[in-house]
Amino acid sequence: MKYVTEYREAAAAAEYAQAIKRVTTRPWTLMEICGGQTHSIVKYGLDELLPKGISLVHGPGCPVCVTPLELIDEAITIASRPEVIFCSFGDMLRVPGSDKDLFQVKAAGGDVRILYSPLDAIDIAQKNPDKEVVFFAVGFETTAPAHAMAVYLARERGIKNFSILVSHVLVPPAMEAILGSPNNRVQGFLAAGHVCTIMGFEEYYPIAAKYNVPIVVTGFEPLDILQGILMCVTQLEEGRAEVENQYTRSVRRAGNPTAQETVRKVFKVVPRKWRGLGEIPASGLGLSAEFAEYDAEAKFGLVDYTADESPDCISGLVLQGIKKPAECPAFGTLCTPERPLGAPMVSNEGACSAYYRYRRFEQQRTEKVNA
Amino acid sequence: MCLAVPGKIVSTVGEDFVRVGRVNFGGIVKEVNLAYVPEAKVDDYVLVHVGFAISVIDEEEANRVFGYLKELGELAQLDEAEELNK
Amino acid sequence: MTAIKDFTLSCPISITDYPTVTLAHGGGGKLMHQLITNMIVPAFASPIADAAHDGAVLSIAGAKLAFTTDSYVVHPLFFPGGDIGSLAVNGTVNDLAMCGARPLYLSCGFIMEEGLPMDTLWRVVQSMKNAAARAGVQLVTGDTKVVDKGKGDGIFINTAGIGVIEHALTIAPVSVREGDAVLVSGDIGRHGIAIMAVRENLEFESTIESDCAPVTATVQKLLAAGLDLHCLRDLTRGGLGTTVIEIAESSRLHVTLEETSIAVREDVSGACEILGFDPLYLANEGRFVVFLPQEQTEEALEILHSAPDGESAAQIGTVSADVPGMVTLTSRIGTTRIVDMLSGEQLPRIC
Repeated sequence: MKYVTEYREAAAAAEYAQAIKRVTTRPWTLMEICGGQTHSIVKYGLDELLPKGISLVHGPGCPVCVTPLELIDEAITIASRPEVIFCSFGDMLRVPGSDKDLFQVKAAGGDVRILYSPLDAIDIAQKNPDKEVVFFAVGFETTAPAHAMAVYLARERGIKNFSILVSHVLVPPAMEAILGSPNNRVQGFLAAGHVCTIMGFEEYYPIAAKYNVPIVVTGFEPLDILQGILMCVTQLEEGRAEVENQYTRSVRRAGNPTAQETVRKVFKVVPRKWRGLGEIPASGLGLSAEFAEYDAEAKFGLVDYTADESPDCISGLVLQGIKKPAECPAFGTLCTPERPLGAPMVSNEGACSAYYRYRRFEQQRTEKVNA
Repeated sequence: MCLAVPGKIVSTVGEDFVRVGRVNFGGIVKEVNLAYVPEAKVDDYVLVHVGFAISVIDEEEANRVFGYLKELGELAQLDEAEELNK
Repeated sequence: MTAIKDFTLSCPISITDYPTVTLAHGGGGKLMHQLITNMIVPAFASPIADAAHDGAVLSIAGAKLAFTTDSYVVHPLFFPGGDIGSLAVNGTVNDLAMCGARPLYLSCGFIMEEGLPMDTLWRVVQSMKNAAARAGVQLVTGDTKVVDKGKGDGIFINTAGIGVIEHALTIAPVSVREGDAVLVSGDIGRHGIAIMAVRENLEFESTIESDCAPVTATVQKLLAAGLDLHCLRDLTRGGLGTTVIEIAESSRLHVTLEETSIAVREDVSGACEILGFDPLYLANEGRFVVFLPQEQTEEALEILHSAPDGESAAQIGTVSADVPGMVTLTSRIGTTRIVDMLSGEQLPRIC
């Protein structure tokens, strides 16, 4: 496939690995902030190619993982209602709420549907005028334009039986929260290439300057990530803290103006609670006053709902990169993909699940070899 | 997050917010909303996320990843030559 | 580490403790395996069932027979390249072929939902008739039941099959040996994607057809060539990845796979990319793996290549004994990762 396969080429990957080795003289800790990048790193074993001193920590880049417990519970409450057709991306179906997940709601007879695009939900609303169609609008800045368009078109077409349950989060405030934390070990960032495709990368300049960290906007294929790491480590070795763009085939400095405009019309910036991190001011999106009638929380009277997290789950520390999944006492024992305590073990991109699927046996194999 | 995949625009229909394209991903074709890429035309490659094109892929920039490697390769050769000369 | 008592109070209800069966329990992944291994097989307490292969091998009055059953619940009922009927025939025929048996007779039970259009039933029945003729088997007995509207997905079909084993090999995981080669009979992922292409809400235009087909003839050729077939298994629910893990676990050996040798058609790849699927776990209905001594690989591949759709058959891995029950994959960029079973079915993702 064009623009995909060529970025998975072995010889080029080896060359990048060599280049990174040549330039590295000291240990460095980098964070990638996007679940898709985590997936690629773990799937292709990219950290195997890096010199021992480079440590990659996986940040809170999975909107599934950071969607707060109460929103999952709200989703479950809404989906359980007989008049509702609850639509969602597949990722959300297995995330545990306080006592069950959406999959179980489906098992119990709830009309829960997996969609590829939020626009399909408005079609479903038009075809089912006697039902309430709700779309679980989860995502980072990358997905906000899609949700914005769904709401916008719903209003254009006069569709009233449609609403969205919003759980949108923004990347830069999360980065600042991590960098501002007293326990922070992150020295360089790989910024999320698809988030920046929409938003551009203006917002990263003040962050790079304030915290003195290099930020490299990076893509998702193995060669993208390796190049991003090389650029970031080179900056660190040279004592620079600039914003650079690796993903130039998709990301422009100003981003996508049409998309940004639509998001600004339909959404407004609000404080958001991040599962495992707590509330971060101005870190999320909520529907603007003009489109408030499409807000599911308001429609179903759930605006003040709250819920408490499991005490055993240290996802907050994992998401901030302070602990690795394998360092969690519950990892692989009390907490597994079949019996997850927190979201990072559920989502394909969650750091814990990625580690579990690809790494756990590595430890066993090493133990056996050393025995 | 943000699974976005490059595909080639085969045909388009409609205008503005309801401009829709048939996009080919290695042989399978899916309908994609093109509202956010007004400049995209047939035969362009676009990056598609949840049924929306979010950017047009810049062909020249796409080769940068390999160009960069080539530059590094040349630099490495220079370094080696310097080492030998010492 | 908190005490187990505290754990049950504070963690979400685990999937394995759910009071109801969920879709994941049928997905071909860990949950389904747990359900079978922890609840079903122990209840039936039979050493033949414990042998855990696609079909049961029975000795009856001096004849060696293979016996298998499978139920078909696919939705939608009709998809590019097949339908629930052809699936029901070929699936059971192939399970028998995987024991090295020559499939002979099938039974067929229909559970139909009230309101199923008669025309739909007619199409399914015709399809089964054609598939049976193509596979060289006879449908000799069956049953039909109707359930209330809303209690079934249109139609469910169960087929059971009997075949005769005309060789002396034990074709099962227990026969796999260190040093064996792992072959696959063709490219993977077609069936899984063909279904996705027509499943509501996830539609796309494609020319991908299910690979649903009987593999008996190819297996008979492999047997006729006198090859030491150690294990055969078809790559149905859970795909190549799950199947190889099952065999590695049953045989207590280590299988290493090479990503670049596993063929996936470009259009299947494209669909996997947009849905976020790993082709390794997609269902196939006309593909199987072969475990046999490395020195017989070339001869086996010649036979596999001559089968319809077998052009991409290849050696995809090897068996070693260093870590029992493990499957590792060498990626296309040269690094290694563990191949683990999925918890349940793959779901389209955005993340």
